[in-house]
Amino acid sequence: MELFLNGEPRQTRAADLAALLTELGYAEQGVATAVNGRFVPRPERAAVCLAPRDRVEILAPMQGG
Amino acid sequence: MRVFDMEIHSRLWLGSARYPSPAVLAAAVRAARCDVVTVSLRRENAVAGAGAPFHALIRELGVNLLPNTAGCHSVREAVTTAHMARELFGTPWIKLEVIGEGELLQPDVFGLVEAARLLCAEGFQVFPYTTTDLGVAERLLAAGCEVLMPWAGPIGSGRGLTDPFALRALRAHFPAATLVVDAGIGRPSHAAQAMELGFDAVLANTAVALAGNPETMAGAFAASTAAGRAGWEAGLMSARDFAEASTPVVGQAWLA
Repeated sequence: MELFLNGEPRQTRAADLAALLTELGYAEQGVATAVNGRFVPRPERAAVCLAPRDRVEILAPMQGG
Repeated sequence: MRVFDMEIHSRLWLGSARYPSPAVLAAAVRAARCDVVTVSLRRENAVAGAGAPFHALIRELGVNLLPNTAGCHSVREAVTTAHMARELFGTPWIKLEVIGEGELLQPDVFGLVEAARLLCAEGFQVFPYTTTDLGVAERLLAAGCEVLMPWAGPIGSGRGLTDPFALRALRAHFPAATLVVDAGIGRPSHAAQAMELGFDAVLANTAVALAGNPETMAGAFAASTAAGRAGWEAGLMSARDFAEASTPVVGQAWLA
């Protein structure tokens, strides 16, 4: 299916958010996630099923003022 | 000084953005002996993968991390970002920014108060980036914020204290609140001015990060912040309009 990963269209075979992170090679602890504008805490990622056109945000620590 | 439940030694806080390199950022933080550094969170690029090395570097510095919600224009965005930051950085601290206007990056104070109320109720320790408006400050404190971060000037402008009277009034009106001047600080003398007004700390970013030598500038800011604070604690003289001789007049010889 196609979803939007950090604003870009992306094909995936992952059924849930945890599987998507694994597919993309992200370290579980190193990112924070949101789906369709809602925060998904780390322990809940496996329970969040993905659907076509979902907006997935994967954020990491960055410099900030 | 006490900030929520933490003992903070540095009255100069630094932002971590815009440095020429992570190594220069680290050198600046060390030169300033700074123990509060602001950070952010942004979209991770799996290929570039910049997040992990930055997080490792910043953790090695051993400072208190203050994540921000920079770039958020709505309560919902800011609250969601705060949740993500809490999980990612493992801290209840959040520098709450809800931007209301893009040209000057002025806070949306209505959204700010609402977001602060929501986050404080959830156990966040909220540091709101706000204006010098006393009514807004009152509401933020009532919402549970123990620290306020009023702007001195527009973010990144380096214009210094654009309204010293408003800052002085804020300090006088809330003598017990922890007040940290945020935004607009461009020179070490600006930091000293803010501290001479009795503020508890100053946050600087661009002025240090974009200096010709950020490490040296960080040291200069630390020195001026400490000098301003010492001046405030020592008790500053009041200004007057006309001269007043400092050398005693009594005993002066008649030589005319």
